[in-house]
Amino acid sequence: MDTPLLDPLRPHIARVRSTRREAPDVWTLELDADQAPPCGFAPGQFNMLTAFGVGEVPISFSGDPAEPGRVRHTVRAVGAVSSALTRLDCGAVLGVRGPFGTGWPLPEAVGRDVVLIAGGLGIAPLRPALYQLLAERARYGRLSLLYGTRGPRDILFRRELEAWRARADLTVEVTVDHATHPWHGHVGVVTTLIERARLDSDRTLALVCGPEVMMRFAAEALGAAGLAAEAIFLSLERNMHCGLGTCGHCQLGGLLVCRDGPVVRYDRVRDALRIREL
Amino acid sequence: MSVETDAAQVIDVAGFSQLLGWLAEQGYRLVGPTVRDDTIAYDDIASAEDLPRGWTDEQAPGHYRLKRRNDAALFGYAVGAHSYKRFFHPPWETLWRARREHDTLQIRDEPSPAQRLALIGVRACEIRAIAIQDRVLMERDPLYRARRADTFIAAVNCTTPGGTCFCVSMQAGPQVSTGFDVALTELGGVDPPAFVVQAATRAGRDALTAITHRPATEAEMAAAATAVQHAAGQMGRQMPSTDLPQLLLRNLEHPRWSALAERCLACGNCTMVCPTCFCTTVEDTSDLSGREISRARRWDSCFTAEFSSVHGGSVRPGTRARYRQWMTHKLATWPEQFGTSGCVGCGRCITWCPVGIDITEELAALAREAAQ
Ligand SMILES: Cc1cc2nc3c(=O)[nH]c(=O)nc-3n(C[C@H](O)[C@H](O)[C@H](O)COP(=O)(O)OP(=O)(O)OC[C@H]3O[C@@H](n4cnc5c(N)ncnc54)[C@H](O)[C@@H]3O)c2cc1C
Ligand code: SF4
Ligand code: SF4
Repeated sequence: MDTPLLDPLRPHIARVRSTRREAPDVWTLELDADQAPPCGFAPGQFNMLTAFGVGEVPISFSGDPAEPGRVRHTVRAVGAVSSALTRLDCGAVLGVRGPFGTGWPLPEAVGRDVVLIAGGLGIAPLRPALYQLLAERARYGRLSLLYGTRGPRDILFRRELEAWRARADLTVEVTVDHATHPWHGHVGVVTTLIERARLDSDRTLALVCGPEVMMRFAAEALGAAGLAAEAIFLSLERNMHCGLGTCGHCQLGGLLVCRDGPVVRYDRVRDALRIREL
Repeated sequence: MSVETDAAQVIDVAGFSQLLGWLAEQGYRLVGPTVRDDTIAYDDIASAEDLPRGWTDEQAPGHYRLKRRNDAALFGYAVGAHSYKRFFHPPWETLWRARREHDTLQIRDEPSPAQRLALIGVRACEIRAIAIQDRVLMERDPLYRARRADTFIAAVNCTTPGGTCFCVSMQAGPQVSTGFDVALTELGGVDPPAFVVQAATRAGRDALTAITHRPATEAEMAAAATAVQHAAGQMGRQMPSTDLPQLLLRNLEHPRWSALAERCLACGNCTMVCPTCFCTTVEDTSDLSGREISRARRWDSCFTAEFSSVHGGSVRPGTRARYRQWMTHKLATWPEQFGTSGCVGCGRCITWCPVGIDITEELAALAREAAQ
């Protein structure tokens, strides 16, 4: 945790240990750290990853927090930097700064039901939380994962999803917006799963990650299901250049999302999210 | 070192030059106001001759002009487009370079930017601005810390505010109160100029001890105080005295923002001249072979579309949202983030706005319209 304070501006050199294609445009990279020991992280936190010569972008941890030696990141190729990261082969070097930001409030979840709601790539920052919840399964009540993607081809972590679905102590529901491929599952936006989930509103803590519109609708649906705003947590996305609260790009009202987020309690941002172009 | 230097002393122009000489001997790089490109610009100076002696300025929304004074005052002008920000938080800097060899990569830090810097003739608004940037950057940015750690500040109490100044209503001036080593007040109507000087730190006392000075008379001290008081009454502008954070945060959807957006060019001048604006962007580059790589950091402005872009577009595509971001950050959310206002009332954003948008006038209008 203290590495970013020692030299917060210079990336550590890491190497790609293995890559895995999760979907047509999404890869998971597992890293080996060359010059610094990989540090522990809290589920929900992120690193700034550098594709050398191209740029640096914020990418969440997607691996297991109980395995600090196996740093994993899941990246969707959307632009220059993210595409360069997904093109890295085994053994290639990249830069790592972090970990940064707030994590999911797992200590608060002890003794309660937890629902994880993921839209698209939002499953990546939630996966470390799920690993931890399952590792300490006895400490929590009902666990469920509600996951929506655009189409069947975009579903990430398929093999793990199958394994999770087979568990009796975890409910997994997957939905797609459009079923272009053969698909026997649910069709519709992820909020429809919330309505069907019959959450115990007094006991449930909700962790939500996905595109901002999806999170807004999900939070409203959770509210309609009786959850208090204090029981809903979102992971926000903003432009980020430093991770330290000094570049100014990630503001949402008074929040510096890299420092005060990305995970925030819904009541802190509910009003701000309703204001156009804030 | 002597106790007498804690009491007000008087120095003349020769004493002032001695002060600069003493600082240079101590290894300080001297930076102060000069005349350049028809404005007051902060630059390297060696003696009193380098200062804008006998110059003053005329400032109004979207308007700046240097004029001759009818005396030889050394500090008879207000602030120009430059602030001292560039010396601690430069407009552009390389953060690191790296070289790729086969399948390895070595990152090299740049040489430390540590410096001994003496700032000469620093106004109260500038001192407050430096204190605000300290709050934002000192702990989090090692390069800022290195540049800022060894600074000597020779302040000057402002006796000639500009037409767009409003430091009084931001409680930032015209009298300096903390954050300096020595403070000078230029005595008006004295030719050649003379200054009442007071030391506030050990370095300041050492400096005063080393130069020719004599105790100030009661009359001189009174004249200095009157000159600063007079300046306080000469503010060209005033910030409305309402609860600004509340006013702004309760009116984020007020139609006034759209009216403003029709005038604002989103040029970002206001953010470049503001002494507290700190936002930056990093850019990575490599040579054609991909072997030599570097990362640079440069000032950025919340008035650009890319500033807030995430995959899928800009969070603030319109000028309305960008101007609102700038003003609410300065005055409403900055206090929440850093425990201080982001505005010191220097008036630069008013003077250097090509269309003359006036932050004080806009807030007064918002307060008026919101109350209706
Ligand atoms: C806290 C956080 C966690 C994230 N986690 C993941 C993750 O686990 N996996 C994943 O694939 N993506 C994640 N993202 C999104 C990812 O950072 C962006 O997709 C990425 O920055 C896009 O950069 P690009 O150059 O590839 O894209 P482009 O679309 O080419 O970017 C265009 C321009 O916008 C800028 N830009 C766009 N989005 C961002 C951003 N968020 N921050 C800074 N600059 C941006 C780029 O610098 C560039 O100048 C996360 C974002 C945040 C804020
Ligand atoms: S907002 Fe305008 S008046 Fe206030 S400190 Fe910045 S430039 Fe000066
Ligand atoms: S307020 Fe004036 S200086 Fe600032 S961006 Fe708009 S036009 Fe430019």
